[in-house]
Amino acid sequence: MEISTRDLWTVLHGMGFGALFMLAFSGALAELYRLSAPGAPPQASSREQTLLHFYLVAMVILAWFTVFSGAYIVYPWYRAVPPAGTTDFAEYPRRLLLSSGKTSEWHNVGMEWKEHVAWLAPIAMTMVAYVTMKYGRAIVRPRHMRTAVLGFAIAAFVATGVAGAFGAFLNKYAPVRGGSTIVLMGGEQ
Amino acid sequence: MSMSQTQSRSGTEIPNGAGAAAILSAGIGCGVLGILAFAGDASDAIGKALNFYNPTGTLSGVTDFAILAWLGSWFVLNRLWRGRTLSMVRINLASFALLILAFLITFPPIADFLQGK
Repeated sequence: MEISTRDLWTVLHGMGFGALFMLAFSGALAELYRLSAPGAPPQASSREQTLLHFYLVAMVILAWFTVFSGAYIVYPWYRAVPPAGTTDFAEYPRRLLLSSGKTSEWHNVGMEWKEHVAWLAPIAMTMVAYVTMKYGRAIVRPRHMRTAVLGFAIAAFVATGVAGAFGAFLNKYAPVRGGSTIVLMGGEQ
Repeated sequence: MSMSQTQSRSGTEIPNGAGAAAILSAGIGCGVLGILAFAGDASDAIGKALNFYNPTGTLSGVTDFAILAWLGSWFVLNRLWRGRTLSMVRINLASFALLILAFLITFPPIADFLQGK
C-alpha cells in the first residue's frame, strides 16, 4: 500500500480538512438555529456554551487549513507548467484538462470558481464564530444579527459545497500526481 | 456610515457595535475578494501585479488583499462602533450585497459575460 506525497496532501486538503469542515456544518447550523429560535431557553448552560464555542473554533481552524493547504500546497502542483515538448500531461492537471474540449471547462468553470469561492467560507465562518461567541443568545436582540449569522453560515456552507464538489470532480478527471512515494504497508504477492 | 441608535425589543439596549463591525467587515472581505478576482482575470496588468507568489499566481494577491481588507476594516469598524448600538438593517443589506456580489462575480460565466468574452 503506497501513496505519493502529492496524493497525501490532496487527501489531507480535501478529506482531512475540507470534508470534515463540511460535515461539521450540519451540527453548527442546527445549533445556531436552536440557539436563536423562538422559545429557546434564555441562557444556555455553561457546558453547552463551551461545547458550541469549541465546535465553532474547530470549524474556523479547519476552514483556514483547507484554503491555505489548497492554495499554497496543492494548487501549485495543479497549475504547474509542463516543460516545452511534454506530451504526457499526467503530472500537469491544468494542462491535461485544457488539452481537450471535453474537459477544458472543468478548469475554466470548475477550478476558476472553486479557487476563489472557497475563500468566502473561512471569512464568513470566522465572523459567525466570533459573533456567536461574543453574543450567544443575544444575537436575537435585535433579530437582524441572527439573520446575518445564519445567512453567512449558510453562505459558507454553499461556498464549501461548490468548492468541495468541483474539487472531487477535478480530482477524478485530472488528479494531482507525483512526488515521492510513501509506503504505508507491505502486501502479499 | 451613519447608523441610527436602536433599542432591543425587550427595551434593554444591547451594544451590538462589535458584532456589526464583524458582520460588515466579513462582507467587505468577501466583496474585495470577488472584485479583485474579477479584475485579475479581466486585466493582465492587474493579474501580474497580484502575483505575489508565483506557484500560486494571481490567487495569492487576490486572497492576501481580501484578508487584509477584511481584517483592516474589522479593526477600524470595531474601534468606531465598539460599545455602540446600531441599526443592523443597512449593515446587513450592505454585507449580504457584498457577499452575493462575491459569489456572482467569481462565477466564470458571469465574469466572462461582464468582460464581454
